[in-house]
Amino acid sequence: MAKKYTFPMGGIHLDKHKTTAACPIIQAPLPAIAVIPIKQHIGAPAKILVSKGDKVKTGTLIADADGIVSADVHSSVSGEVLKIEDVEGASGYVEKMVTIKVEGDVWEPEIDRTPEIVREINLTPEEIIAKIREGGIVGMGGAGYPTPIKTTIPERKKVNLLIINGIECEPFLTADDRLMIEKAEQIIMGARVLNRALGIQNAVIAIDENKPEAIERLTALSKLYVGVNIKVCKTKYPQGGERQLIRAITGKELPSGKLPVDIGCIVQNVGTTFAVYETVLKNKPLFERVVTVSGNGCLHSGNYLVRIGTPISDIIGQSGGLATDVEKIILGGPMMGSAIVNTNAPITKLTSAVLLLKGDEFAKHEPSACIRCGKCALVCPAGLRPFAIKQAVCCNDPSETLRRLHVGDCIECGCCAYTCPAGIPLLDYCKIAKQEIRKK
Amino acid sequence: MMLKISANPHIQTVRNTRSIMLDVVIALMPAAIAALLFFGVNALRVILTSVAACVLFEYLACRYWLKTANTTQNFSAVITGLLLAYNLPSTMPSWMILIGAFMAIIVAKICFGGLGKNIFNPALVGRVFLFISFPVQMTIWPTPHFLHITSPDGQTGATPLNILKNMDTSSDYPMYSPDDLPSYSNMFLGNIGGCIGEISTLALLLGFVYLLWRRVITWHIPVYYLATVFVLTSFLYAATGEIKFLPLAHLLSGGLMLVAIFMATDYTTSPMTIKGQIIFAVGCGVLTVVIRSFSAYPEGVSFAILIMNALVPLIDKLAVQRYYGERKKCPRKSRAY
Repeated sequence: MAKKYTFPMGGIHLDKHKTTAACPIIQAPLPAIAVIPIKQHIGAPAKILVSKGDKVKTGTLIADADGIVSADVHSSVSGEVLKIEDVEGASGYVEKMVTIKVEGDVWEPEIDRTPEIVREINLTPEEIIAKIREGGIVGMGGAGYPTPIKTTIPERKKVNLLIINGIECEPFLTADDRLMIEKAEQIIMGARVLNRALGIQNAVIAIDENKPEAIERLTALSKLYVGVNIKVCKTKYPQGGERQLIRAITGKELPSGKLPVDIGCIVQNVGTTFAVYETVLKNKPLFERVVTVSGNGCLHSGNYLVRIGTPISDIIGQSGGLATDVEKIILGGPMMGSAIVNTNAPITKLTSAVLLLKGDEFAKHEPSACIRCGKCALVCPAGLRPFAIKQAVCCNDPSETLRRLHVGDCIECGCCAYTCPAGIPLLDYCKIAKQEIRKK
Repeated sequence: MMLKISANPHIQTVRNTRSIMLDVVIALMPAAIAALLFFGVNALRVILTSVAACVLFEYLACRYWLKTANTTQNFSAVITGLLLAYNLPSTMPSWMILIGAFMAIIVAKICFGGLGKNIFNPALVGRVFLFISFPVQMTIWPTPHFLHITSPDGQTGATPLNILKNMDTSSDYPMYSPDDLPSYSNMFLGNIGGCIGEISTLALLLGFVYLLWRRVITWHIPVYYLATVFVLTSFLYAATGEIKFLPLAHLLSGGLMLVAIFMATDYTTSPMTIKGQIIFAVGCGVLTVVIRSFSAYPEGVSFAILIMNALVPLIDKLAVQRYYGERKKCPRKSRAY
């Protein structure tokens, strides 16, 4: 067996719960009404281009990126714009959203809907980046950082390696796994497109070892493409964290506050890579994504191809409805995802999963006294000491003390809070500490 | 239907304080069995008295003094009781054990704020208090009798450490000769005089393996502690040639194994990072050898641990683990910005 890559510092082993790994991606039915937020990314909200009563097609640009750090938003359905107003989103905050009444499913004519895989790239790097921008692509792993910025290399910086992040280290999630199995060649082409845009020859697709089918498919295909290599990583959380993945693949650690590009790396999620393929080679902007619906409170779990803007309640209905004993709905994985109450909120570009959880298995224990076991420091992949951060926050220590504890390096993976035998919400303290620092 | 909201992570390990403490209790069981085999019912009396007293004191303190939730259910008082008992000879009068338990739970633990806040290892505070208050009863060592349920109390002997201490080859009339030292196999199995829980190295090592397997502790503190003692005594033995520094005898006798595996690794009174734990363990090892070799006492592990316990807050402050992305050796230049 070939060498398995991993990061040496911290990390935990979680129960996998990957029950949907064998479920093929199913097209979710079109919603009756799509609610599309104009800010699904880090940065400025996009400028709305449509107004009430406008007819839109699937793939029509409805909001234009406002500035560099922003992203285009496209209509995911065809129909009539009903209203443009502030609606409560999944987070509970009010956001501006475009509500579209769905009438049929008419796509923009330039979108290539044929199933053939395009294997020719006849575009210059500038043209590719322009197309990525027009496609409204953002990092679909959860950060939502606009992809065109990431693919534009700043002056005097040199990139020599593209890492495609096929690690899905969170329990339950299988959307990326299925995408790699079913769209393996498209992902490889996406990696080649990104390579062309970056002007490099080298791409590594990192997959964790609990995805044998994806590893097999991609390894077989990668032999046909020069410059695309598959590397198998150990199953360990948070292997999919950008910094941990870079450490695993290159052996280099990113100094505090530096970006991957500073040490010559670019990391892109597989979902993003697939979206890049579709938008650059098939002219299809980002308006749908794969969402895993799972959890022990879910009747028909599976992987669905969902139009962005579909209300979460539609997806839950699709998977058998909301059982009365479901206690928590989580968007994303159970480690870093957020619990929601508003099921009318839409699926966005960043929603990787909808989890329905119930029962004692997912109940948290009551916090009790710290027994100073030091396990939080042992599992922290950033090498922090969460116990010290908690102490500093509780004692209202000045932000200088917090900075000395490197709070800014916390990747919010939640390993500390997961591991704490006393059930202390250590991640909450780290987040408070980060805000304290930001205030100054 | 009520949906719950909470901050992430939404899952949590099943290992809580109670389950970890229970694992320590399980890991201590082989030593209890060894104690029963060699010292009979008297050992059982000491263990039960000590555990019952510790649990009772903790319960009463929580109920009537601190007025907090009952913390006896997390088994930490049981561990203190077991460890205190393991550090006593089997002939210890029960009322003295009660005093030891009071010192351990009330003075060393509850007075400092209870679980997780005590600076000194409670069981060792109890033991040292008994040791300096009742030196006679604390140094009567009944001879072990394998499988004699009611061991005759009259017979007493010396511990291997006593023999080592009083084997001064330079004096004309040494109290013991090297031949008095029990064989290594007896020391390993536990057929030697001593406190009830410290005699059998084999039983203690079984507990160590269990703790490692259950990931309750890491190997660092016991291994660094024992290695420091072994290296230092080897050095002294090689330098002076005196049999009282016999390295393997030091490793297998006295409370060293018990203390290195179960008491130096106590979460609350040891440093929290691996780096700090190594400093702590090496310090314990050095102090142990110094006290055993040069003080009036044959045994020094309790004092060594208590002294190092006092340094833990300082070690915690200084022994910072490497941050991700930080270079191994931080040159001064990189601090310029």
